[in-house]
Amino acid sequence: MAGKPEKDPVTGVETTGHEWDGIKELNTPLPSWWVYTFYATIAFSVVWFILFPAIPYGPGATTGLTGSTARESVEASIAEAQSARAAINQQIVDANLDDIQSDPDLLNYALTGGRIVFADNCAPCHGVGGSGQLNYPILADDAWLWGGTLDAIQQTVVYGVRNQEYELDARFSLMPNYGSDGLLTGEEIAAVTNYVLTLSDAEPEDPALVESGGVIFAEQCSACHGEDGKGMSDLGAPNLTDAIWLYGGSYEEIERQLWQPRHGVMPGWIDRLDPAAIKMVSLYVHSLGGGQ
Amino acid sequence: MSTLAATTGPVAQSRSTDYVENVVRWFVIATIFWGVVGFIAGTFIAFQLAYPELNFGPAWLNFGRLRPVHTSAVIFAFGGNALIATSLYVVQRTCRQRLFGGQYLALFIFVGYQLFIVLAASGYLLGITQSKEYAEPEWYVDIWLTIVWVAYLVAFAGTLMTRRESHIYVANWFYLAFIVTVAMLHIVNNLAMPVSFGGPKSYPLFAGVQDAMTQWWYGHNAVGFFLTAGFLGIMYYFVPKQAERPIYSYRLSIVHFWALIFLYIWAGPHHLHYTALPDWAQVLGMTFSIMLWMPSWGGMINGLMTLSGAWDKLRTDPVLRFLVVSVAFYGMSTFEGPMMSIRQVNALSHYTDWTVGHVHSGALGWVAFVSFGAMYYLVPKLWRRQGLYSLRLVEWHFWIATLGIVLYITSMWVSGIMQGLMWRAYDSLGFLQFSFIETVEAMHPFYVIRALGGVLFLIGALIMVYNLWRTARGDVATEKVDAGAPAAVPAE
Repeated sequence: MAGKPEKDPVTGVETTGHEWDGIKELNTPLPSWWVYTFYATIAFSVVWFILFPAIPYGPGATTGLTGSTARESVEASIAEAQSARAAINQQIVDANLDDIQSDPDLLNYALTGGRIVFADNCAPCHGVGGSGQLNYPILADDAWLWGGTLDAIQQTVVYGVRNQEYELDARFSLMPNYGSDGLLTGEEIAAVTNYVLTLSDAEPEDPALVESGGVIFAEQCSACHGEDGKGMSDLGAPNLTDAIWLYGGSYEEIERQLWQPRHGVMPGWIDRLDPAAIKMVSLYVHSLGGGQ
Repeated sequence: MSTLAATTGPVAQSRSTDYVENVVRWFVIATIFWGVVGFIAGTFIAFQLAYPELNFGPAWLNFGRLRPVHTSAVIFAFGGNALIATSLYVVQRTCRQRLFGGQYLALFIFVGYQLFIVLAASGYLLGITQSKEYAEPEWYVDIWLTIVWVAYLVAFAGTLMTRRESHIYVANWFYLAFIVTVAMLHIVNNLAMPVSFGGPKSYPLFAGVQDAMTQWWYGHNAVGFFLTAGFLGIMYYFVPKQAERPIYSYRLSIVHFWALIFLYIWAGPHHLHYTALPDWAQVLGMTFSIMLWMPSWGGMINGLMTLSGAWDKLRTDPVLRFLVVSVAFYGMSTFEGPMMSIRQVNALSHYTDWTVGHVHSGALGWVAFVSFGAMYYLVPKLWRRQGLYSLRLVEWHFWIATLGIVLYITSMWVSGIMQGLMWRAYDSLGFLQFSFIETVEAMHPFYVIRALGGVLFLIGALIMVYNLWRTARGDVATEKVDAGAPAAVPAE
């Protein structure tokens, strides 16, 4: 309610005379530092309006005295970065992979660049540093599904594996559904599973079945995986003797893979990465530990 | 049915007005209930970020669905109920008038608003969202909220128009600005065409950068008018009441109110720096944010300086301490905000955890603390008790929650700035030095610290629940110590 202004004994300032539910207000003037700082922010803004695009009209806006726009400045930064790397990038594109490998400067550049290309594009599946994970191959060892030479790695990077996008060029192979298509009986699959376990010196679950499993393996599996089980990279058939398992190495996991195999898919990168990046990442993967 | 709250004003005691209080009590209970729900959700998703394995349960339990449950629960359910509870309490007392529409309109607002919350949250868990941050609910929820909000406006504005005081108190200006502007923001940002009346899906009216601009005009003013203007309304009533001091400056309240209202509405484009938004709009968003600094601080000055002559009460009154520290956090966030809106700073901070830390210094430090202070004030008044069950438990709540906030915002500053610097680091050959996944790995320890901060904040809130529950029952703890020297208070 409105009443008479009174003097606040603590601050010596008068109240406005208003009161609501016991709350009064002092009539303290605006703090001058507050007012001047407020003015300063306004002045700063006016300067900004003059220097940069700020006032819209019709189809466009004022350009400001600097004429600078965020879009142009990012384009300029990109162009600058590209021109700084243009010469060495062109060298990478022009040289073949073996020549890059034997030139220390080019190789240093390619491995540095390849690492970041790998980490931003490949690591989500293959792990940082190519450490792999269940269902995604380790790239830091010397077991190669599709070959570990520089050219084989590059081929895999360029077109990928079993994808629809590069259907004709992508790496492709399918292992038959031995169980779910009825090619082998449950007992036969159990026998092969026991035999496969022995290839990498693991303990079979039922040693009595190993011998018959070996016979079936020779008939059904050796065409791709080899008589000794060491695999065939032309067909993407894994080496079964190295105790490295893409889909797990337990009895159940191997049996499941025989019954109805899973088949990994990898995208092709030819339309996603530029030619220099593809070469660099191929060299990087080759350098991780097991390049052939 | 009710008597007036205890005040020193001679006029207030001179007549008895039949205020609507039972519905306000329910809003207070809803505030506390949804607060705890929101804090639990937030703490859980903080652990999901630190330990992603926690995402691999049922679909409704993954981060993507729980995150809007957390944000909506704390902003709209906890914050919204706190705003409605306090505004309905304050407007009746400062107008000396029973709530317009009385008991039944208030009851409709209460039931309607809780229904809105449940509809929104159940939609998120089921995966129903229009993917607009802080405006995730689909069209059927939006329409319902519009109806409830109009009822709220009618009750509030109706009380103002039938007031028995000649002037309108400053807290009510802020509440009214909050109600009116939120109505406008809500309607414009949710303009959408449902695909069918039988299904939840709709498509927004705007597309592309216009849609983004509308969304952040909405999103930033949700901060400006929901979390700032509305809560300044709380501050302007509860700080002078608890401190028993007059407001520091009437003139400052007028000038900063109008400056805040005029400038805030333009600041949204600073959420869209370095995007397809035209440069001129980005520049306007940035400069209006900078000009907003002092108008924001006007509220802080009025809140803090109202304690002139009552600073000693901070030592003895933990409720007042909640209110005052909230104003301090408000001042800190409203300095940090304009700074982060500067494009060159934003280039480092945007899309990093720094933004998350900034939001939480405002949300935990300002919004939640001022609400806690108001709840500690309101519960004894509304349940007609002499005082709180235990001031010592308020002390514990204060210090545990403050420690939680400190852990939260400092870990997010470090994590956010590190993240921004890692993203832009190049080596001597011109290659990025870090991949994205490496920046994520580097943030892990800070995510753990942040989650622990959340746990502390939640524990503090649970202490408050216990304390307020005992208060409502009429219990008084036997701790009759001189409140000046509780064990848990370090020297100030």
